[in-house]
Amino acid sequence: MATATQANKWEQAAVIIEDYKANPTSPIMLLQDLQAAYNYVPAEAMELATRELGIPLEQLYGLATFYKAFSLEERGKHNIKVCKGTACVVRGAADILDGFLRELGLPRPGTTGDKMVTLEVVNCVGACAIGPIAILDGEYHGHLDQSIVKDRVESLRAEDEEARK
Amino acid sequence: MRIKSLSDLDAIKARGLTRIYPDKMKITFGYATCGIANGAAAALETLAAAAEAEGLDALVDKTGCIGYCQAEPLVDVWNPGQPRLVYKKITAKKAAQLVKDLKEGNIRKGWVLYKALREPYLLTDEMREYDVNGGNGTYADIPTSGEVPFFAKQFKIAMRNCGNINPVNLEEYVARGGFYALHKVLTTMSPEDVVNEVKESGLRGRGGGGFSTGRKWATARKAEGDVKYILCNADEGDPGAYMDRAILEGDPYSVLEGMLIGAYAVGKSDTGYIYVRHEYPRALEMLETALATMRDYGLLGDGIMGSDLKFDIEISRGGGAFVCGESTALMASIEGKRGDPRSKYVHTVEVGLWGKPTVLNNVETWANVPAIIMRGGKWFKSVGTPTNAGTKVFSLVGNINRTGLVEVPMGITLREIIFDIGGGITKDREFKGVQTGGPSGGCLPAEKLDLSVDFDALTKAGSMMGSGGMIVMDRDTCMVDVARYFLNFLGEESCGKCTPCREGVRIMHDILTRITEGEGREGDIELLEEIGLGVQRSSLCGLGQSAPNPLLSTIKYYRGEYEAHIREKKCPAGVCKALITYSIDPEKCTGCTLCAERCPEGCITGEKKQPYVLDARKCIKCNACYEACNFDAVLRQ
Repeated sequence: MATATQANKWEQAAVIIEDYKANPTSPIMLLQDLQAAYNYVPAEAMELATRELGIPLEQLYGLATFYKAFSLEERGKHNIKVCKGTACVVRGAADILDGFLRELGLPRPGTTGDKMVTLEVVNCVGACAIGPIAILDGEYHGHLDQSIVKDRVESLRAEDEEARK
Repeated sequence: MRIKSLSDLDAIKARGLTRIYPDKMKITFGYATCGIANGAAAALETLAAAAEAEGLDALVDKTGCIGYCQAEPLVDVWNPGQPRLVYKKITAKKAAQLVKDLKEGNIRKGWVLYKALREPYLLTDEMREYDVNGGNGTYADIPTSGEVPFFAKQFKIAMRNCGNINPVNLEEYVARGGFYALHKVLTTMSPEDVVNEVKESGLRGRGGGGFSTGRKWATARKAEGDVKYILCNADEGDPGAYMDRAILEGDPYSVLEGMLIGAYAVGKSDTGYIYVRHEYPRALEMLETALATMRDYGLLGDGIMGSDLKFDIEISRGGGAFVCGESTALMASIEGKRGDPRSKYVHTVEVGLWGKPTVLNNVETWANVPAIIMRGGKWFKSVGTPTNAGTKVFSLVGNINRTGLVEVPMGITLREIIFDIGGGITKDREFKGVQTGGPSGGCLPAEKLDLSVDFDALTKAGSMMGSGGMIVMDRDTCMVDVARYFLNFLGEESCGKCTPCREGVRIMHDILTRITEGEGREGDIELLEEIGLGVQRSSLCGLGQSAPNPLLSTIKYYRGEYEAHIREKKCPAGVCKALITYSIDPEKCTGCTLCAERCPEGCITGEKKQPYVLDARKCIKCNACYEACNFDAVLRQ
């Protein structure tokens, strides 16, 4: 059973790589498509791309580590992006980030041990007028303070508890 | 339908006008990222449902952002025979009530931002007067936009359509004069005429460099090459600046029309790329729709508008690297490589994307082009100052009362922008500084408030125009910490190719970190200045050459604050955690309990309505109490 799921897991990557073979745009776009499918860029998918397309692995790896949009590690089910643009910083974004770290029990931005949440720092999400801002699973939350941070993380946890029942 | 002639364009314009001014009520939501972030989606849903339930016969649509982001969700109500009203902060909670009011003809004055009795059409230089005789007069004492301080000094060229049309509806874009510039160029102007018109306008690159757009186009036109490329830099990376996002989300066609005009002027170009920042999903969505629509209308592809022009535009998605805003890095990224900049002894207008002559302008620059063609270079030059023509969009953010995007003629003073338009500092505090130009710029103090805002004056003062971020800072901002913040940012974003930037930025950051942690030493300031100058002079690209600016400008204008950190081990702004302790001022504390409720460590105790006490030994300096206190009773010393 486990092996069948593993094999299925790379089917999507194979399709993306086939598409790229037919219409080679740029390796960055390829990585973006892989990341969109898996929520990270799996090493296995890059190796497959190297075998199928002849793009050197070190080139793909170089791109995946250069561009911030790519993650080489599996990410959490939920995603929190804390904006650390200048406008948010002068309105206390550093404390907001610390608040999220504390509530999630993380020493630094990254993924929680239970793979529930990935906390990221973004250098400006372009909604500066309503800072400090965080984006929770694609939804923007402006005018944050630490009490809202606490509420958000707690409701995220409660949702997951509910889903598990 | 393919647009092939002027009469085709006129027919579309007529249809667009009936969409903008339908013969029944139309309710339009500000639906750019800031609108959505403030709850526009839920508000729209509630309003549509309420309109259905109440039997209110109205069209509901979406638009971009008029720039007053903090009052979003903004709702524009068009009612034939009455002034157009712009409502502010219409959240889901208020949406149903608004429907009731509209049904009953009720106007809650407190909810209305302004009324419009007429509307200027910039491109065609028309003033479209509304018929306002049908209303019952209850709007008499509502201000017009010109009477609202946030809008009074603004003049919109680049953002002319933002918030006034459905951003991806091509008919509405044409109704306000869109694509007439392209038609004019293709039917009545030679490519040289176009280049000369842009040269004459005095337009300078809005991305920060301030280089003459006309000269750039002329060089690219003359450059040798069988193929040439037209690029749009939409990799808006400066933290604190978001005008390009607003233009792409509010009026994508203005940028794309500009690029088409550029392609015609430069010649030998059949492909353009727009390099869009990874963090702008909404802008990307709008661009994709806009490009597909243009193909349907025959405005991209072969034989555009029945002419010989063949051109198409592709989107290149950025990967989240700040350095890719630099021209050579951006081009490397489009080519599918790492965004490493190269030395520019040969300019990209001659050897750019895939080694071909390339014109790269940013979003705001391109958006200005159709206006220059329609109104003429002379007209554009008459706005602003003689050497800094036209307008510039600024994002006015930070510790300021009215935040948002403002488009003003160049040459306006910082004071006018911050105090007249922005309404001054929040909580009536004293102005401490304004950061302009992003990580390449600097901080300017109160004595520079009367500075004319233009490319040259800002550079002379040690800052920069950059892409137009204007972050206002009050007493709670530590300038040493701001410098550290920017160097941390730049250290993360430095590509690492050249040593001065890679190592210099890191070393400056380490010294600043040491200072903010109370380990500063005599001589640190001088050392920072020396390294800063070295990095400025010897880095490969613009990122490194300008990286020391935030540091050097804060040393220049706020040296005393550096000295307080180093000599007295104090952070006067109360920001650097290692140098402050929290306590509660018993004189000011009202015993409201808010701080104790917010404290995650439970280190604030006391009795209701009596002064509270903070146990500094348990305090983790999270600042939650300071944020919470309404009486300035939490001290950071």
